[in-house]
Amino acid sequence: MVTDNPNTDPAFTAPASAAPPSRAPGTPDLLTLTDIRKAFPAVVANDDVSLSIKSAEIHALLGENGAGKSTLVKMIYGVLQPDSGDMLWEGEPVHLTGPSDARKHGIGMVFQHFSLFEALTVAENIELALPSPGEGGPSRADLPDLIREVSRKYGLPLEPERVVHDLSVGERQRIEIVRCLLQEPKLLIMDEPTSVLTPQEAEQLFETLRRLSAEGCAILYISHKLQEIRDLCEVATVLRGGKVVAHCDPRTESTQSLARMMIGAAPKPPDRDGAKSLGPVRFEIRDLSQPALSAFGVALKNIDLKLHGGEIVGVAGVAGNGQNELMAALIGEVRGDRADAILIDDRPFGRIGPRRRRVAGACFVPEERMGHATAPDMSLAENSLLSASRRMKLARSGWIDSAKRDGFTTEVIEQFNVKTRGTAAEARSLSGGNLQKFAVGREIAQKPSILIVNQPTWGVDAGSAAAIQQALLALAADGAAVLAISQDLDELFAISDRIAVMADGRLSEAVETAKLTVEEIGLMMGGHLEQAEAARA
Amino acid sequence: MESLTLITLSVITAATPLLFAATGELVTEKSGVLNLGVEGMMIMGAVTGFGVGVITGNPFVGVLAGTAAGAAMAGLFAFLTLGLLANQVATGLALTIFGIGLSALVGKGFVGVTVNAMQRIEIPILTDIPVLGPILFGQDPLVYFSFILLGATAFVIRKTRVGLILRAVGDNHDAAHAIGYSVVLVRSLAVLFGGACCGLAGAYLSLVYTPLWAENMTAGRGWIALALVVFATWRPGRLILGAYLFGGITILQLHAQGAGWGVPSQIMSMLPYIATIVVLVVISGDKAKIRLNAPAALGKIFHPAR
Amino acid sequence: MIRLQTRGEASRVMALTAPLIAVTLTVVTGAILFEALGKPAGPTLHAYFIQPLSTRFGLSELLVKATPLVLIGIGLSIGFRANVWNIGAEGQLTLGAITGGALALAFYEVDSPLLLPGMLIAGTLGGMAWAAIPAYLRIRFNANEILVSLMLTYVAGLFLSYLVSGPLRDPDGFNFPESRLFHDAATLPTLMQGLRAHWGAVIALFAVIAAWVFLSRTILGFQLKVLGDAPRAASFAGYREPRLVWFSLLLGGGLAGLAGVIEVSGAVGQLNPSISPGYGFTAIIVAFLGRLHPLGVLIGGLMMALTYIGGENAQIAIGLPVSVTGVFQGVLLFYVLACDLLIHYRIKIGRPVGVKA
Repeated sequence: MVTDNPNTDPAFTAPASAAPPSRAPGTPDLLTLTDIRKAFPAVVANDDVSLSIKSAEIHALLGENGAGKSTLVKMIYGVLQPDSGDMLWEGEPVHLTGPSDARKHGIGMVFQHFSLFEALTVAENIELALPSPGEGGPSRADLPDLIREVSRKYGLPLEPERVVHDLSVGERQRIEIVRCLLQEPKLLIMDEPTSVLTPQEAEQLFETLRRLSAEGCAILYISHKLQEIRDLCEVATVLRGGKVVAHCDPRTESTQSLARMMIGAAPKPPDRDGAKSLGPVRFEIRDLSQPALSAFGVALKNIDLKLHGGEIVGVAGVAGNGQNELMAALIGEVRGDRADAILIDDRPFGRIGPRRRRVAGACFVPEERMGHATAPDMSLAENSLLSASRRMKLARSGWIDSAKRDGFTTEVIEQFNVKTRGTAAEARSLSGGNLQKFAVGREIAQKPSILIVNQPTWGVDAGSAAAIQQALLALAADGAAVLAISQDLDELFAISDRIAVMADGRLSEAVETAKLTVEEIGLMMGGHLEQAEAARA
Repeated sequence: MESLTLITLSVITAATPLLFAATGELVTEKSGVLNLGVEGMMIMGAVTGFGVGVITGNPFVGVLAGTAAGAAMAGLFAFLTLGLLANQVATGLALTIFGIGLSALVGKGFVGVTVNAMQRIEIPILTDIPVLGPILFGQDPLVYFSFILLGATAFVIRKTRVGLILRAVGDNHDAAHAIGYSVVLVRSLAVLFGGACCGLAGAYLSLVYTPLWAENMTAGRGWIALALVVFATWRPGRLILGAYLFGGITILQLHAQGAGWGVPSQIMSMLPYIATIVVLVVISGDKAKIRLNAPAALGKIFHPAR
Repeated sequence: MIRLQTRGEASRVMALTAPLIAVTLTVVTGAILFEALGKPAGPTLHAYFIQPLSTRFGLSELLVKATPLVLIGIGLSIGFRANVWNIGAEGQLTLGAITGGALALAFYEVDSPLLLPGMLIAGTLGGMAWAAIPAYLRIRFNANEILVSLMLTYVAGLFLSYLVSGPLRDPDGFNFPESRLFHDAATLPTLMQGLRAHWGAVIALFAVIAAWVFLSRTILGFQLKVLGDAPRAASFAGYREPRLVWFSLLLGGGLAGLAGVIEVSGAVGQLNPSISPGYGFTAIIVAFLGRLHPLGVLIGGLMMALTYIGGENAQIAIGLPVSVTGVFQGVLLFYVLACDLLIHYRIKIGRPVGVKA
């Protein structure tokens, strides 16, 4: 939700027209939405949204997290039904009863969080989304050949017999795309497709999309990444707070002007001091290896890293390359045999659990705020106990000191401007941005000498994201060592002093941010660590 | 020779109800639902099957009625867990407690009554083959049906689109919902099928195995069937092995008691329960295997939020 | 069309009202059931729920039945909070009765004030030992504690049956499968002259208070709640799951064992195969009925005890089959589980507003 974004100016008017662009008479648009509205108990997700998409057009749907993009496309794909408003498909009014209905009309969708079945094969996953042979779908025997044919034609290599849980994120996305293409869609919806890809893989995807568009398929492309929208799309509809704020041609806009439309104000890069002095090594990872946690996980291989007081080190990488495993090892949720694999202030902590690591000065913010960083059904005060009870002495010899617990919680809420009805509010009642501010704030308020944070601003509105980044910078400026794992390269470039890249369970050397380019990092993210390092040397 | 044939025949009758119940529960669990009410559904099947068998004088009608009773109990479970999103573990337990109580109430008038037991099919000549003849060709129809049912279940799960949808819903209900399948419908049908199988298993107990009605006569077989599904790591083929292993242990301890080896009967009667624990320990110890084969959404509540 | 809408936050009002709605619905269902059985609903309900509460004897019996239910329910509810599904409390109760009872029989001739406390400790340890098996097998071999603890219930029942028809059988008992009656030194003193209510009720009440303090004030209680609510948050916090699983099962087993020895030394006075009418299973209902809260368990235990006494009373007064009690308990648990929905969801009736077809 953007309502708690201090940068949002409700009076802001976009330079571009807020009305749909006029269309040529005679040729009906492929899809026209008029005054679509959808409300949930806590929020109006879409408020009188109108837009139209022409055949063969690559149309961007642009907006921050929480602007209502996902809700809108779920209605176009029939997963949700609008509360009110009209939808015209090829000039005719339609009321989609569900995704299979949408697919019958020729609408396909590639989800951001894939709708794949881990235990099934590629072919089975694809079969599930196709009509049954009785309804004109292909037979099970023909399917593998069909899949190979489509994947060759669009440059999307796939092996139909493989089971999904063995596949990389990029391969999984290809399944989703092939699954849509087999139905010869007239409109393909892509929800944040590049968030899981390296820059190079993203470029390949764009090629596929351009080819599809050339063949007459329209693409609705959802993203909040401005540069790629300028590269790829011809038309953009910008959503903010559930409303359409602009229709424009992104090729004629600058990233700054697009950002203004999206956020309501020009994004302000975090303030940083130029000169800083590095302190001693506070935290060290020494030759850390760890087998995969599950059949679907990634093994960590010989990871080395030194964190100095006063610096922020960023870890870039495509999701699913071992970041979660690394985080589990750093928190101490998973421990190996070697005590010296992890050193806090030169003392071995490799075999010691999270609580004593916290006492020694290390605090952590895992990626998943709901259910991992916090217990959703518990109050904020109780959630304070989770990670702060020892370091902040919120309990004494096993007995909870409720006054201290509530005091600490109030301090976090006030200091980090968490919008909530109080310390007794359940964690799940908070918006994503506010809960993330609480999860990060709870750790920073413990004044750690080391802070390790995974995806600090993932899925958070711009205002909260800026506040969190500023807090991380302030912590480092006070002398703490900060490690930030993130898939958002812009964020890492904005806050990190050094950046290392994670690929296939390995971590590259951390290089000074100023000496790195996005292209180099992209190469490393694609698993070419040595190549990239050689290129720089 | 004669006694070996007899023992084998009794192993088959002891294993058949386990096979029915476990087949049903396997389908239920494949859809991602954990129904711990097997015992309750079985005992309701047993009492209904027996009662209707006594009243109509026709054991086949009794079996059908028992099957329907099991399905009705499962319907109650489906309504609570899928419709009202109640905790599956607790609801399954409630189903068992409720079933044992209700069956005792309904079955009060049937204690000590005799029933026309189901006749074995005797194919003339073939049954006369020594040892194998009676075993292969002299069974009651439900024994053959238990194999047909299991075979059909295995075929549907592996080879058909219906089975594919069932596995998909059990693997990831959110994804199934997102691409347009009705998770609640698929799961309800799977639960009803499971209940019908458990009802059939119960009716087999009271109409063929004993054949008479006694309170609490399922004596934990429903729970053993649940353990068999884990034993089979959710693969239908291995259910046969498990069911017959347990049927064998049950009969073995009965015969051992009869033979009077000097071991107290109660201690011998513990065998099937202890064997269940041993089997669980052996199979579950391989965590990776369990994680690979168990339906990923097993026991999780599905509510399409947004 | 009926739809469910997630509440942003659990409703506190509903958390208190839902069990009351469930009880009301059960009584209504009971009335229909009685009419269907050909018994007039009014007098039967009176015999079931009112009459037992109107005499001193009835109230005393209520305490006798509620004691094991509350003791076990407390242990189970703490375990269920941590997602530890100990379903075998009946077996742990049996083992507690066996170990405590065996001690009483071993020191049959000894008249020592230490005997009774010794029995209580032995019973608790017996229940703990029986619960230690599923705990160990779950931690070490990942074996499902539901199935293991349940199988052990059957084993425990057979073991008791073997003991009272063999080693512990009353030598002067005409071969009946039961032990000798315990001596006074091995019998829990009663609370009031002439009534069966015994000191076990006080122990149960103490357990309720202790559990309440434990869950709301101690870090260990908090850890158990986190493990159940959000297991990943528990591992983030650094709580050790094996330790918490051990604790939950040993606590549940210990309290069930204590209930078992209290039952044989208070209410029954000997070992026989029918020492418990399924207290261990009914306590599961008690735990849910009380919404896993100690005070709720106390109230739930009293209510469930009432169904037992009411059932017996209705059998004597109206001729209602005793098995109605089990049906009643099952129905109540169904309603409790169904009404839990109201806490986390709003029910919306009618089509969504403003849809244009």
